[in-house]
Amino acid sequence: MFTATMAALLAAMILALARLYVGPTLYDRVLAANAFGTKTVLLIGVMGFLTGRPDFLDISLLYALLNFIGTIAVLKFFRYRTLGDRVEPSGDGQ
Amino acid sequence: MSALIIDAVSWALLASGSFLVVVGALGLIRMPDFYTRMHAAGITDTLGADLILAGLMVQAGFSLVTIKLLLIGAFLFFTLPTSTHAIASAALTAGLKPRVIEDAAAGNGSTAPKEDG
Repeated sequence: MFTATMAALLAAMILALARLYVGPTLYDRVLAANAFGTKTVLLIGVMGFLTGRPDFLDISLLYALLNFIGTIAVLKFFRYRTLGDRVEPSGDGQ
Repeated sequence: MSALIIDAVSWALLASGSFLVVVGALGLIRMPDFYTRMHAAGITDTLGADLILAGLMVQAGFSLVTIKLLLIGAFLFFTLPTSTHAIASAALTAGLKPRVIEDAAAGNGSTAPKEDG
């Protein structure tokens, strides 16, 4: 049953990669990358159970944290064009 | 006997979670517009991820592994809707208009009601 779950997750990841490749706008790509990261978290967890080593869950937890931070960082970068200390709400859109 | 019940429950949870994940990915491919794609991916992924983690939890029993799975599940439960909302809010702020029915009927007409981006 873990193998079936892994197959479903891999199929979903391939579909997310396709959307990430053809996505017309930037936000489609960010959304697809976010979905891909979520499926990576699940895939690592299921793979730990499949191989009988649930210690993989630590890596999975790390990926869950990094995925959220990464999505927010990419969105912030494309809104303000910086990640650092310049905090004026940019007037030039995009 | 009890192992059989545990396996059955775990299999049901894993199968329904996998189904939801695949449906969400299909919606990510098939939907016509960014906001509808986000709707498909964001909603199904939250429940699908938590169902798969619950299936793993049933399989693991009471141990440290279950605590880690609970942590991952709680974190995904809060951060997935948050990041979906952040992506939608960023797209709307950047001026990406939702596709409405008048647009689809009139061939990208000019009467989009969501002008205030």
